[in-house]
Amino acid sequence: MGVEGIGASVVRKEDRRFTTGKGRYVDDIKLQGMTHAHFIRSPHAHAKVKSIDSSAAMKMPGVVGVLTGQQIVDDKVGNLICGWAITSKDGSPMKMGAWPAMAPETVRFVGQAVAVVIAETKNQAKDAAEAVVVNYEELPVVADIRSALKPGAPQLHPEAPGNVIYDWHIGDEGAVKDAFGKAANVVTLELTNNRLVPNAMEPRAAIAEYDEAEEHFTLYTTSQNPHVARLVLSAFYNIAPEHKLRVIAPDVGGGFGSKIYIYPEEMVALWASKKVRRPVKWTGDRTEAFLTDAHGRDHISKAEMAFDKDNKILGLRVKTHANLGAYMSLFSSSVPTYLYATLLSGQYNIPAIYAEVMTVYTNTTPVDAYRGAGRPEASYLVERLMETAARQLKVDPAELRRKNFITQFPHQTPVIMAYDIGDFGASLDASMKAIDYAGFPARKAKAKAEGKLRGIGVSCYIEACGIAPSKAVGSLGAGVGLWESAEIRVNPVGTIEVLTGSHSHGQGHETTFAQLISERLGVPISQVQIVHGDTDKVQFGMGTYGSRSLAVGGTAIIKAMEKVEAKAKKIAAHQLEASENDIVIENGEFKVTGTDKSIALPMVALAAYTAHNLPDGMEPGLKETAFYDPTNFTFPAGTYICEIEVDPATGKTSFVNFVAADDFGRLINPMIVEGQVHGGLAQGIGQALLEHAIYDANGQPITASFMDYTMPRADDLPSFKLSHTPTLCPGNPLGVKGCGEAGAIGSSAAVINAITDAIGHNKLEMPATPDRVWHAIHG
Amino acid sequence: MSTVKLTVNGKAVSVDVEDRTLLVHLLRESLNLTGTHVGCDTSQCGACVVHIDGKAVKSCTVLAGQAAGCNVTTIEGLSKGDELHPMQAAFRDNHGLQCGYCTPGMIMSAVDIVHRYGGKLDEETVRHELEGNICRCTGYHNIVKSVLDAAGRMKVSQAAE
Repeated sequence: MGVEGIGASVVRKEDRRFTTGKGRYVDDIKLQGMTHAHFIRSPHAHAKVKSIDSSAAMKMPGVVGVLTGQQIVDDKVGNLICGWAITSKDGSPMKMGAWPAMAPETVRFVGQAVAVVIAETKNQAKDAAEAVVVNYEELPVVADIRSALKPGAPQLHPEAPGNVIYDWHIGDEGAVKDAFGKAANVVTLELTNNRLVPNAMEPRAAIAEYDEAEEHFTLYTTSQNPHVARLVLSAFYNIAPEHKLRVIAPDVGGGFGSKIYIYPEEMVALWASKKVRRPVKWTGDRTEAFLTDAHGRDHISKAEMAFDKDNKILGLRVKTHANLGAYMSLFSSSVPTYLYATLLSGQYNIPAIYAEVMTVYTNTTPVDAYRGAGRPEASYLVERLMETAARQLKVDPAELRRKNFITQFPHQTPVIMAYDIGDFGASLDASMKAIDYAGFPARKAKAKAEGKLRGIGVSCYIEACGIAPSKAVGSLGAGVGLWESAEIRVNPVGTIEVLTGSHSHGQGHETTFAQLISERLGVPISQVQIVHGDTDKVQFGMGTYGSRSLAVGGTAIIKAMEKVEAKAKKIAAHQLEASENDIVIENGEFKVTGTDKSIALPMVALAAYTAHNLPDGMEPGLKETAFYDPTNFTFPAGTYICEIEVDPATGKTSFVNFVAADDFGRLINPMIVEGQVHGGLAQGIGQALLEHAIYDANGQPITASFMDYTMPRADDLPSFKLSHTPTLCPGNPLGVKGCGEAGAIGSSAAVINAITDAIGHNKLEMPATPDRVWHAIHG
Repeated sequence: MSTVKLTVNGKAVSVDVEDRTLLVHLLRESLNLTGTHVGCDTSQCGACVVHIDGKAVKSCTVLAGQAAGCNVTTIEGLSKGDELHPMQAAFRDNHGLQCGYCTPGMIMSAVDIVHRYGGKLDEETVRHELEGNICRCTGYHNIVKSVLDAAGRMKVSQAAE
């Protein structure tokens, strides 16, 4: 390993700009002649749009135009789509309701746009929006899963009778029935996975510019995947063909899934920029983020697990209802199906699994992938079930898990996944040691003497990342492939540019990816520039989500690197009059083994570009590309253990200790990896204790600001004790698995298991606020 | 419209703004100091924290006119030339930031915290004092570490001056 190669906790290249205020986010960009958009949004959860009168607004200062939903439909801008087709049990396709970028006739959630004001300044647009009169006729509302499914419930979409989007299943129902028939014990649990708002700190924003002469659009947007955005805007939304649309995602202030999707605001900005023949900028405020960013989770589940007399799991049966909101967001259909039910085997040997998932429409903001996307819901369900089982069977929760761990790999689960490698016992051991699990009963007794309720909770999570072989996801209904591309340009002076289809919005790719190059070539990372986030620069890419950037995007870089090295070795061998098989690369030098002959990388690069003395028939230049399609998912896994103390007088939960042992395979930059875990843990703990997106029965969001929706703050969280128990992933040359989502996937169950341990019973839902915990204690 | 005269990062400026303009918008829109960010609309997140006459203030809670005659320091004015302020360096060295969006406000708040406590800080105090700054990426673990590290560095650099 070089000082900046694989395994080095190098400080991040991007941090000078971010710590000095020189980051460049979308809202920081100004274009010549730029106008500002402000959306007029429905205050009703379900209503007919009877009329829109913009005559007064048009006379207000600075107003350039007021555009409506009817106009965008008339201009044949496509409806928003869901790109993953799910088929119901009965063979029927999912029921996708029409979702125009602005509603011409019917609004189905509070915050849905019906019109947009374009003005010279943001304030002028806001002022004029006040003068637009929209006449609504209110319709009856369904605001949650249960009311959506009641007989005679109001219908959201004519395409979806009964508000059901699909009724899907996976696994072997008969085998599960047999397993339960043989069971010595059955453990049952009903639980809710609370709705969350991702709340990346940078609100979404878009700037669209139309070049009339070239009939070309440029879109600056807060995207995790600019190429996917361009593809969808071109292929489905009819904005412009791909070669006439450039999408740039510059510095992006967090995503967590919410910036994967192409939202109505970007579509409207593009369309409006052509309408008004001026650049159009829209920057969302936080209220708009709460109303329109895709939310996460929102499941209700019933789960049953069958055990034999030796406490070995025989089978698992799960029935889940998931709320997808008012419309099907881009990948919403895949989240409660292939990203959820396929992980229900957890870390355990479960011979038979059967899961049914029904998704419904409600008059709420659309729900889609949020950090972990389906896997946190699966992990929460399995790990609460294991804890419940241990208490019912009167065995130690850690030991019940260990007894049922998968120990042989590869392991085929009954729900599609083939786990390639892991050592679940190692991470359980590491976490138990770190938290002094054995000493807990004494600590609990001491706390009890002081009038406090002490609890400990274990969570052994597994996730499937990288997502995934394109052929596999295609066969499951995905509308896109999930490979990644990379291009490596060794410049004539020997500096290196790496163009990647992954997108960094906090993950530190500019550093980690540069470390991959440093490792191979021995050059300092200062000589390497990572280029991403611009469809005009990067050939193509699928973007960043599903903890995929290193396992898939990083592997694409390695594949391109191999090609660069092969060519560079040929050039070096030619220059040094040696056999290319004798060339080794060390510290930026191409050396002839066993001799003192060498040539530095810049000289090889220069030779490639001067082309004065290349091997016969060789093309000039030193630039290579690779597309890499993964061979399997990767399977990060680990154990989180949390020790908490509840004050029975107030119901407040305080952390005593939180330990994590993760298996992410090889770590490239341990400092960055640990940062990813910290952030994920905070989001999982936030779900467990604080966060909840609540709607009233009329579909009014009552947690639509940071005053109402409890974001985790510094004094809500502990410091974390992390350790690593890696097994190298056999599926990619780096041996990496991905680390972006683990914390959010594994931590919620650890927290709730600890609190339910403290209070002595299992009736507790997330978020476990002091109020809920107090009532759980005192009835 | 009003003309507001103030000093920003050591430079006297005179800006014509609408009376309703917030300080954060004067900084971002009129002066192109886009390091100060807006992350909410309820003065909760702290992405917009700057120093007004040496004290950390959320610049979304201050009308531009209220800052007339004041000495404002933004994240762009914190470092001495190419040399990072010890707080900036500590955030970089301790991986106290990820997406960077909350970072300017965090750093400006943190500098004020260290000043107010004369560098005598512990983890609990730092966590309590950062209550007005929201970060979604880091789980605060490394932010707390950064502030404690910087408290030591700032003591040393003050002693050296």
